Amino acid sequence: MLSAILAHAPALQTVVPLIAAPLCVLFGRRHLAWAITLAASLISALFAAYLLAQTLDGSVISYELGGWAPPLGIEYRIDAVNAFVLFIVASVGALVALYARESIEQEIDPALHVYFYTAFLLCLTGLLGVTITGDAFNVFVFLEISSLSTYTLVALGAGRDQRALTAAYNYLIMGTIGATFFVIGIGFLYMLTGTLNMADLAERIAALGDNRTLRIAFVFIFVGIGLKLAMFPLHLWLPNAYSYAPSVVSVFLAATATKVAVYVMLRFLFTVFGFDYGFQAATLQTIVVPLAVIAMFASSIVAIFQSDLKRMLAYSSVAQIGYILLGISLLNKPGLTAGIIHLFNHAVIKGALFMAVGAFVYRIGSSRIEDLRGIGKQMPWMAAAFVAAGLGLIGVPLTAGFISKWYLIQATLDEGAWWLALLIVGSSLLAVIYVWRVVEAMYLAAPVQDAPVKKAPWSMIVPTWIMVLASLYFGINTELTGKAASTAADLLIQATQIEKAPETVPGAPAAGE
Amino acid sequence: MFDDFSSSFIIQHYNYWMVIVLMMVGLYIVVSRGNLVKKIVGLNLFQTAVFMLYISVGKIIGGTAPILTGNPDEVYSNPLPHVLILTAIVVGVATTALGLALIVRINERYGTIEEDEIADIEQEIDRQESA
Repeated sequence: MLSAILAHAPALQTVVPLIAAPLCVLFGRRHLAWAITLAASLISALFAAYLLAQTLDGSVISYELGGWAPPLGIEYRIDAVNAFVLFIVASVGALVALYARESIEQEIDPALHVYFYTAFLLCLTGLLGVTITGDAFNVFVFLEISSLSTYTLVALGAGRDQRALTAAYNYLIMGTIGATFFVIGIGFLYMLTGTLNMADLAERIAALGDNRTLRIAFVFIFVGIGLKLAMFPLHLWLPNAYSYAPSVVSVFLAATATKVAVYVMLRFLFTVFGFDYGFQAATLQTIVVPLAVIAMFASSIVAIFQSDLKRMLAYSSVAQIGYILLGISLLNKPGLTAGIIHLFNHAVIKGALFMAVGAFVYRIGSSRIEDLRGIGKQMPWMAAAFVAAGLGLIGVPLTAGFISKWYLIQATLDEGAWWLALLIVGSSLLAVIYVWRVVEAMYLAAPVQDAPVKKAPWSMIVPTWIMVLASLYFGINTELTGKAASTAADLLIQATQIEKAPETVPGAPAAGE
Repeated sequence: MFDDFSSSFIIQHYNYWMVIVLMMVGLYIVVSRGNLVKKIVGLNLFQTAVFMLYISVGKIIGGTAPILTGNPDEVYSNPLPHVLILTAIVVGVATTALGLALIVRINERYGTIEEDEIADIEQEIDRQESA
């Protein structure tokens, strides 16, 4: 019985939240909807953990949806790369579901709670689907499922601040343009190859060689996904969306949505396109590296001057995405490993930070730094969680952030780009400034009001501390993250020819395909 | 590639020209118009251009609808792009519906759907908050 269910784990981990979503509306009771959401997201997380355990040794699971064999049928293809991302998304989803119940009591009208849970489950479905599928058009469909529900989730912040509506609207416009660019790219690839299965696409693209249509397809997909993942000049939707969305939505988006978009970028860059022709590699090295460095500095500097804590964290996210992109675009194995590890570590760290902010909003109804003065004495657990996660954001030794930066600096030194290593250290110092501003307000300033602030409810403290402890644990014991990330990096590099590029004769068929 | 850039080149690729024109018109409306509803209309045009791109790719000259007739010489249009675009149309309709729903809410709260007036109101809120 169990083995029969586990055989369908790839489909079930996406289908369970998908079916649970309408159930929430059908039952129409908010506490029941919460129970359904928690159960569905836990089940997804268990399946994702199972899939990760299956693929950690580098093996690949191919699941034929409906029994139709690829490349004609839709294939779910799980390797260490996406199993790792699935695990991040599903486990953060389960923690957020636990956290959501109390948090939305304060921020969302009770009559809308059922719809919140529905949209949340649909968003989870979409993100898991994007990650697990091996079909290029399927990526677009799941991407839009997650995006449309995200716009709704952001707009639910209107109960607290009406600017959530315009933030959601602008996100909708930008997100749709991004998704449409992506679908144009897929269209060109289909014209070129007549297939949509990613593995099949990779083979046929390698056989066709470099051509203009391929380049155009690459550019459209690159810009489209760049919009979704908030790559530096395309990040304008992100600060408003994160700061006006309900706190729990900020937690979920910051920890998962951009990470999944980064995964899609990785999958297309490495698995589908490969680096046989130098064009893609040149794009990354001459365009993405400078943009990533600008993101690291410009966004960190902007973060320093924010008066709202959520907005500050949003700008910091743009900077952190810069680190991830920098790691990826170094195009060597340590860099790729660093990018993937930071994907995980940043999800945990930023999730914990936004959860702590959500608790402040829950108790004092504001996330402005000046209103948080003295909160360190009044809400010691949450303030301590914020500081611990904040240290991770800076990259202090013994935190997860340090591991990311360690790998990243190693990767830059491998390339002989010592100046990049210096820039990474320099931008980390900017993180010290903006985290310190908050710590100073929380611990050193006199409290705003003398009335005691009650501590946050347990259902918020527990998930927050699970995240914080995870960020500390993965800073000390890097066995799981290090292994998963380096297996993933190996798989991605095998799919391309980066390592072998110098020896390859031009026009020779792709090895290892 | 532009060696053969002649009138016949333009005419042979007229479907692509239509797609490009429509796409740019749509994108221009999204960027330039301040009215939120007009932006959604522009977005729709932009998406429709992509639908046309896909559909015209599936067309084979002389091909019929892909229904088996038993005639081995029958030429069929490629139905796959059509199916993909059915999905994309559903996504587009959902996006439009959600966008319009948001505009209704924005109008309720701000009393306007003009982007610059909304920006003024938001600046006013910012000023009050920091005061």
